Amino acid sequence: MSMNNEFKPKIVAFCCNWCSYAGADLAGSSRLQYPADVKIIRVPCSCRVNPMFILRAFEKGADGVIMCGCHPGDCHYSTGNYYARRRMTLLFSMLEYLGIENGRTRVEWVSAAEGVKFSTTMNEFVDKIRSLGENVRLGDLRCKD
Amino acid sequence: MQRIGVFVCHCGSNIAATVDVKKVVEIISQEPSVVHCEDYQYMCSEAGQAKILDAVKEKNLSGIVVCSCSPRMHEGTFRKAAERAGLNPYMVEIANIREHCSWIHKDMEEATEKAVILARAAIAKVNLNAPLFPGESRVTKRALVIGGGIAGIQTALDIADAGYEVDIVEKTPSIGGRMSQLDKTFPTLDCSACILTPKMVEAAAHEKINIYTYSEVDKVTGFVGDFTVDIRKKARSVDMDKCTGCGVCQEKCPSKKTPSEFNRGLNNRSAIYTPFAQAIPNVPVIDRDACIKFKTGKCGLCEKVCQAGAINYDQVDEIVTEKYGAIVVATGFDTIKLDNYDEYAYNQSKDVITSLELERVMNAAGPTKGHLERLSDGKHPEHIVFVQCVGSRCNDNRGKSYCSKICCMYTAKHAMLIRDKYPDVKVTVFYIDVRTPGKNFDEFYRRAVEEYGVNYIKGQVGKVAPQPDGSLLVQASDLLDNKQIKMKADMVVLATAIEPEASVRGIATMLTASIDTNNFLTESHAKLRPVESPTAGIFLSGVCQGPKDIPETVAQAGAAAVKAIGLLAKDKLLTNPCTAKSDELLCNGCSVCANVCPYGAISYEVVQVNDHGIREDRRVARVNNALCQGCGACTVACPSGAMDLQGFSNRQIIAEVDAICR
Repeated sequence: MSMNNEFKPKIVAFCCNWCSYAGADLAGSSRLQYPADVKIIRVPCSCRVNPMFILRAFEKGADGVIMCGCHPGDCHYSTGNYYARRRMTLLFSMLEYLGIENGRTRVEWVSAAEGVKFSTTMNEFVDKIRSLGENVRLGDLRCKD
Repeated sequence: MQRIGVFVCHCGSNIAATVDVKKVVEIISQEPSVVHCEDYQYMCSEAGQAKILDAVKEKNLSGIVVCSCSPRMHEGTFRKAAERAGLNPYMVEIANIREHCSWIHKDMEEATEKAVILARAAIAKVNLNAPLFPGESRVTKRALVIGGGIAGIQTALDIADAGYEVDIVEKTPSIGGRMSQLDKTFPTLDCSACILTPKMVEAAAHEKINIYTYSEVDKVTGFVGDFTVDIRKKARSVDMDKCTGCGVCQEKCPSKKTPSEFNRGLNNRSAIYTPFAQAIPNVPVIDRDACIKFKTGKCGLCEKVCQAGAINYDQVDEIVTEKYGAIVVATGFDTIKLDNYDEYAYNQSKDVITSLELERVMNAAGPTKGHLERLSDGKHPEHIVFVQCVGSRCNDNRGKSYCSKICCMYTAKHAMLIRDKYPDVKVTVFYIDVRTPGKNFDEFYRRAVEEYGVNYIKGQVGKVAPQPDGSLLVQASDLLDNKQIKMKADMVVLATAIEPEASVRGIATMLTASIDTNNFLTESHAKLRPVESPTAGIFLSGVCQGPKDIPETVAQAGAAAVKAIGLLAKDKLLTNPCTAKSDELLCNGCSVCANVCPYGAISYEVVQVNDHGIREDRRVARVNNALCQGCGACTVACPSGAMDLQGFSNRQIIAEVDAICR
């Protein structure tokens, strides 16, 4: 929370190195604005994203987690995003069961040429998280330091 | 705990205008394990890198964080700097505070706060970095060029002239591509065939070049320096070794009702055919969908008349497997389909044609033997209207958002050629803008207007209506005079947008090469690495990368060849050391990791392990570092947490998550 009490969500974006991270770079060099609440973590492939990382983010107080990878069929490693897609489908349904709304998690395919899509997606996602408010679930698990 | 040095770059004002660099330094200096923190105008400059070298020596740094532009830009630069300073290059992490921060935020306070968080995440990661050492892989000294148009031919010739073997795979029966369909070329009006066919012959005769025509790439495996490619040689039904190219089979073939692809469907060809007279190889193929013998079992006339005994109806597709060190994509383009553009009456009137069709009409070997005539009634036209930007620079989703780049120039060429040969024919061009950047291009366009009296009208054509008398009524706006105009025309020529050849999407998928929403292949860097795909070992030649004319295509083809030669000239490549690694104490040998590995990099072996004092033989996973590409699929699939990815380990990523969420 910032000084003026405006809700500043913590949002973690996992981006694969080959498509989405480059898409985010393109959004940057094209000066396409999106909120500073989004912080990007670079991974080699969306299939590197262990569900554990996402659980950890929520445990540590993230209000939303988005994972971006190459479009299906365009994975740099051929099949990585297919694994990622299946894993996330399972994980997100489990998270919903735990009370973490579906809107707080998202998978989006963004190619290296889709700077506009990256920025639009992030704007939409931040709006969604702002409408959902602070993530209070898993709060009891959080290590307050 | 590492001894970390953090270097914050201003990037001139690119970062410093939005991020309070001094404040970042002030805050980050307080972070545990940070023993040195400074800012500088341009970290990537010689002086900036010297600061890193000095700090490593003075403060005995063990890890480095550079807060700067994207790691895709300068990670390599800073790794080399670290290496020069005596550090392992993989002890460097980049916090991307330009593309992911200063360039996309306007509020300085917010951007500065974010830059600090990104720096903290990088510090958290580097704290867990370990030195990594690349392995080596071999380079197969042979290149594959996909596509046999002018781009592919030029690339192949340049690579072959440097002394390396090259294979060209071309899906049609002949090399030559779109350029072989053109009549004349701008801005010098050279005859296209006169400058292309010598190159085709040279490629075919080159001892280092092997051409697979009527063939397609079926499967690609491997990686830079060591690709394995399956090439499908489609059944030609004609024995390449026996055929003499006499052409008698094509004359005698009774099935002559198939639209000629080469002449853009303006006339017909036989079922056994070569696309054009100068085809290379000059060996026909049998179109099995059109051939009477294949359809009914009767006929067989071509076999009877072939004196060489080259016809072979039993031929089947053949798969050739070859190894390559580099692959160049040169798949070219096609014009877009005009089904969504009813207003131009393209499907209603034979006298509304595309510019590529006009090339065939103007060509002496084309359907009208080079005579300019209406395709509906063969009459000589009195007035021809050219429409620019048909499907190019289109805001709705009927066409393409980009400029096709070549249309302004070829329309000027067509207009000039028509006025030159038939001074009685009136030519009107409707344009939105005339774009002629290029050597001698604007002079060329001005000649069309000033010397040849071509009537250029700034405005868009709204409708082309075929009239009962056979003429075409063109309704358009004149934007300079701000009025609506109607004029009668005998022919309308549409400067149709170009788009990448449809097969490129499948090829990009096979090569795991990036492709954009318009199906153009993405280059590694729009300005600095324009002929390389982000996928190592894949190079881009010609229009598959973006619209371009012949001079640009040839220049890019040469550039792609040089990049490929640079790769082939190496005996060994350093491999990415960020590979998977299995902890044999945790591994239970379940094989799940091997099942998800796309590279077959994981095998199993029985080893003796010492598990807390208990010695026993266990089946454990082993990663072959030469094959592992470092995607990390296995690390998540592993049920026992034994598999981890070096450089992107579980602990490193969790540390980043923690730093961001703290």
